[in-house]
Amino acid sequence: MGLLDYFRSTRRGSASVAKERLQILVAHDRIARDSPSYLPMMQKELLAVICKYVQVDQDAISVNLEQDGNQEILELNIVLPEHSSPQQAVGS
Amino acid sequence: MTRIIVVTSGKGGVGKTTTSAAVAMGLAQRGHRTVVIDFDVGLRNIDLIMGCERRVVYDFINVINGEANINQAMIRDKRCNDLYILPTSQTKDKEALTRKGVGKVLDELSESFDYIVCDSPAGIEHGAKMAMYFADDAIVVTNPEVSSVRDSDRMLGILASKSRRAENNQEPIKEYLLLTRYCPQRVKQGEMLHVDDVQEILSLHLLGVIPESRSVLSASNAGKPVILDEKSDAGDAYADVVERYLGQELPHRFLEVQRKGLLGRLFGG
Repeated sequence: MGLLDYFRSTRRGSASVAKERLQILVAHDRIARDSPSYLPMMQKELLAVICKYVQVDQDAISVNLEQDGNQEILELNIVLPEHSSPQQAVGS
Repeated sequence: MTRIIVVTSGKGGVGKTTTSAAVAMGLAQRGHRTVVIDFDVGLRNIDLIMGCERRVVYDFINVINGEANINQAMIRDKRCNDLYILPTSQTKDKEALTRKGVGKVLDELSESFDYIVCDSPAGIEHGAKMAMYFADDAIVVTNPEVSSVRDSDRMLGILASKSRRAENNQEPIKEYLLLTRYCPQRVKQGEMLHVDDVQEILSLHLLGVIPESRSVLSASNAGKPVILDEKSDAGDAYADVVERYLGQELPHRFLEVQRKGLLGRLFGG
């Protein structure tokens, strides 16, 4: 690293690192804060329904709510096991 | 129509009490009847910053509990006739601040005051929530430092959801950003977040920038709100803050490194 680079790197300073970290952190905090309170409950119930038909893990399902401009996208992600053998539906 | 202003931050030590004292004094100096209330039950401080600690007889909690009336507990400022201080208790539990009790006191004060400034404790516990609940306006005091900015953002979430205005579906609390302890020198060197960066992250209306200043400590040593110090840059910045709050459009000062003359360098200033 040349002398010039040394000065340049100090000139950039820690403030820009602080800004980057904060932007990520605050965006993350806001998503958690603004997501509707029914989300965890819905995730649980969806999992229960899916488990009636396919054997999946608790961790295999993720519910995500994203804000994209004016529209909200509810993303539901289920990872099915490799050999997803259909279960007997309960109660039928 | 009375406005209830909460001075809040989440993080401690960023300048809430200094700001409450300065803003309350500034509003009163301009002829508005103003009362400043200390919500930090157990750790009362506003009386010290205002320099009236030896005149405290009854406090906010006594009034809530019906042990004193509001006029017995309020202290009239000796420097400004339109300013009153309502100190808090040093001994009682913070749970003494009931929503009903606080609401009743604020209603009573609203009959005779133009502005009620609520100095919030740090944190997001009961006292802080009580200070925010009834607010019309919020001054979010923030230092250009990561944890303070993050905490301020959390306060914005609480202000938006856990207030009387939110519960009654009224117009939301007006939120203002006040950046304190700002060092233009360090910002220039890239060591401190720039005011624009903080504003971008929090996306708030900027009420003012208070430069880091020795006069803030001198003012608190003397029990005199820093806005009364005419020679202080922080005092001038607070005066601008009050004018802006009242609707004047003023350019932001003290954002650039102040050039000192030779004499200034020699004698400090």
